[in-house]
Amino acid sequence: MTIPAPREDLKSDNDVPVPPDSTDGEGPGDVVLRLTDVVKTFPGVRALDGVQLEVRAGEVHCLLGQNGAGKSTLIKTLAGVHHADGGEITWLGEPFAPATPQAAMRAGIATIYQELDLVDDLSVAENAFLGHEDSRLGFTRRRSTAAKTREILSRLGHGEIPPRQAVRSLPAAGKQVVSMARALSHDARLIVMDEPSAVLAHDEVENLFRIIRELTAQGIAVIYISHRLEEIREIGDRVTVLKDGRTTAANLPARSTPTRDLVSRMTGRTIEYVFPPRRPAEQRDPLLVVDGLSRTGEFADASLTVAPGEIVGIAGLVGSGRSELLETIFGARRADSGTVTLDGKRITSVGSAVRKGMGMAPEERKSQALLLDEPVYKNMTLASFSTFAKAGFTDAGGERKAAERTAEALELRPRDVSRPIRTLSGGNQQKVVVGRWLLEDTKLLLLDEPTRGVDVGARAELYQVIHDLAERGVGVLLVSSEVPEVLGLADRVLVMREGRIIHEAPAGAIDEDAVLDMIMAGSLTTESILEGEPA
Amino acid sequence: MTTQTAPPEAPAKQERRKLDENTLRNLGLVGVLVLLIVVGIITKPDLYSDPTWVKNNFLTILQQASAIGVVTVGMTFVIIGGGIDLSVGAIIALAGVWATTLATQSYGAGGMIFTALVVGIAVGLVNGVLISYGKLVPFIATLAMLVAARGLAAQISAKQTQVSANDFINSLASERLLGIPLLVWILFLVVAAGWVLLNRTTFGRRTVAVGGNPEAARLAGINVKRHTLLLYALSGLCCGIAAIMLTSQATSAQAAMANLYELDAIAAAIIGGTLLSGGRGTIVGALFGVLVFSTITNLFAINNLSTEVQNMVKGAIIVLAVLIQQFRYKSLTQLFKR
Ligand SMILES: Nc1ncnc2c1ncn2[C@@H]1O[C@H](COP(=O)(O)OP(=O)(O)OP(=O)(O)O)[C@@H](O)[C@H]1O
Ligand SMILES: [Mg+2]
Repeated sequence: MTIPAPREDLKSDNDVPVPPDSTDGEGPGDVVLRLTDVVKTFPGVRALDGVQLEVRAGEVHCLLGQNGAGKSTLIKTLAGVHHADGGEITWLGEPFAPATPQAAMRAGIATIYQELDLVDDLSVAENAFLGHEDSRLGFTRRRSTAAKTREILSRLGHGEIPPRQAVRSLPAAGKQVVSMARALSHDARLIVMDEPSAVLAHDEVENLFRIIRELTAQGIAVIYISHRLEEIREIGDRVTVLKDGRTTAANLPARSTPTRDLVSRMTGRTIEYVFPPRRPAEQRDPLLVVDGLSRTGEFADASLTVAPGEIVGIAGLVGSGRSELLETIFGARRADSGTVTLDGKRITSVGSAVRKGMGMAPEERKSQALLLDEPVYKNMTLASFSTFAKAGFTDAGGERKAAERTAEALELRPRDVSRPIRTLSGGNQQKVVVGRWLLEDTKLLLLDEPTRGVDVGARAELYQVIHDLAERGVGVLLVSSEVPEVLGLADRVLVMREGRIIHEAPAGAIDEDAVLDMIMAGSLTTESILEGEPA
Repeated sequence: MTTQTAPPEAPAKQERRKLDENTLRNLGLVGVLVLLIVVGIITKPDLYSDPTWVKNNFLTILQQASAIGVVTVGMTFVIIGGGIDLSVGAIIALAGVWATTLATQSYGAGGMIFTALVVGIAVGLVNGVLISYGKLVPFIATLAMLVAARGLAAQISAKQTQVSANDFINSLASERLLGIPLLVWILFLVVAAGWVLLNRTTFGRRTVAVGGNPEAARLAGINVKRHTLLLYALSGLCCGIAAIMLTSQATSAQAAMANLYELDAIAAAIIGGTLLSGGRGTIVGALFGVLVFSTITNLFAINNLSTEVQNMVKGAIIVLAVLIQQFRYKSLTQLFKR
């Protein structure tokens, strides 16, 4: 099987020198946390099946593993959300079994969860101190809470977020910052981060790493989960690899272990790193024509085309207006001016977009895409169940079969499509969101961060699926924070900055550094998280 | 490619667990029903020793459950779809009064039924428009409708009781088919249609999607506003049907009829396992919820107890039923953890 992956992985094998301090994967401090043979079962699934883990003070310990390997379950067991069914956890030399999340926090373990867990209607400060409010005689001390929150936020490089603002009005990256502030509001000795970078843009990730370095310098341990190997190389000290709920490798040096080894321990196979080769698309009349589309405060005068069988990628930072542009093309937001036409017909609403053959995988899967209580197959057919139906009567059998085929194609784990989707791991939920539109007779697919939280192997599957779709004549418009992904997948690249398309080029005619220079150039700094978002 | 090491029987187990959750809840409600009957036998052994009385009493319970049962089916749809309808009792009153004016009665039974259904649907549509296009909160919109529709009903009827002189309408409550009252047949038909609509049609699938995650439904191309509108119209339609049923039972209609039906219908739906926040619910459960309430009413009637005591017991039962459900759900998941 040929498995493509971002280009850095190619580089990282050869170019990254072994730093002198990571000899034999020894971390700097004493062991603070040790897990031995930890087991956790859910109905029908052994999520953890004998996990070993050792974390030292002041180190960044990375957890690697495919979607559904058990990473989130592991850290939820540490956080007191789940309770282990077997095995031993030792924290600071004592046996440790937190009954509740509060207990874990009091013991000094703070967690940033994969799915944001903020209360939308509370303010930034209230969210940061939720559960351990600063209070006197039951009255919250709003002023001192706000002051403390402001201090933490400026430590995080985001002093511009007002502590009293409602979390609802923050963009995704802003919410991630609030989650981080919450973790820092505890006097934690271990901070666990479950895919914190998934919703962050390039410069935000740098910022995150700066904070992590500050933390570890104070002797605080960090458990860091990410599917991006290049991040693990940059920030990690040691790596533990999980596969099917088991530790397959422990305490590997993060910088010097060859990518090949990491991947084969994660997946049990070796993977070749290339994007599928693209045939040059023949000149065809455009399928999608966007002309002068604008929305005040979000993006202005956006014009672009996508031809049948063409993959067009948009590179840009979070907050550059790319998601808003995509949603407006899809009819989910109303344009102030400009037009969208598909096959010569105007698109004015989501309904008309879907009827005419457009599909969109939105950015936030939990709030925008999933029916958490419903089974996988009903989530998969959410956009297409009426096409399966006869005279208004649904065809559950047919839907299930079609969903099973898609699950197969996307390597959904577990494969069973009748499980409630809330029991799937984050990456597998993402596959369902993308898979939804493979069932439709889609002519044009809009993908907003389609590989967020998806592991290396499955990411390759998704790339292949996107390719196959294009080969079949489907037009694809793709937004991604990962520049190599845009460059590797797309035929044509658009660069977006501050709500404007500033550059357009064939993917072969532009390289990563050039794109990064353009999207960062001068203006946009980390301070801009609040701009370009409607309150 | 290796997959998650799940035992092969895992899928079946999952299905069964979900099935069990609903079946168990319904079994629990059946248990409550049996318990209530046992209480009846203990308190009135002499009545229960007469088989014809027992049979007729059961039919009475069903007949008394019929109108509220029909309303509850509509209410269940609205709640699964993420809304609430506080105006059902008022819609019934308005539809009943409008269908029994002298002018309407002059068109015969067909005219009366047509009027009741159209009034019900129309008021439901107004609710729906206010909520989906006017962006009013369902609680507020239907609360306003509750007040307004009862007011209009009082206006039309001049606060008088309007007697139904139509034999066909009146016979609905007295006639039987195969030994079962016609009103009970109507209830069964509506419940069966509701079950099919919820579980086997695209309409039902949309209802669950709209209530479970409106944004996801919208981005999947479902017209959330139109569907919300239709849900309130459906509830209105059920109220129209119920208006005819109640009119035939009383052989009259008045502005104060179907008082507090909204509370009974909501309570029955919730007891039956419908999530008040939307996205989940069952029609069969709702029917059992209604039957529990009408059995209690019956139990109090045969023991000559006051409605005040009855209401207190009803309140207690609602709380108890929800508590039991939560407990059962937890212990069930606990069981499967082993
Ligand atoms: N509440 C639950 N009930 C049942 N099964 C669950 C539950 N939570 C997780 N699982 C299952 O446990 C396994 C491990 O899931 P987990 O979320 O820990 O994976 P992960 O390694 O974090 O994956 P990802 O990279 O996609 O986030 C999966 O097979 C998942 O389906
Ligand atoms: Mg996870």
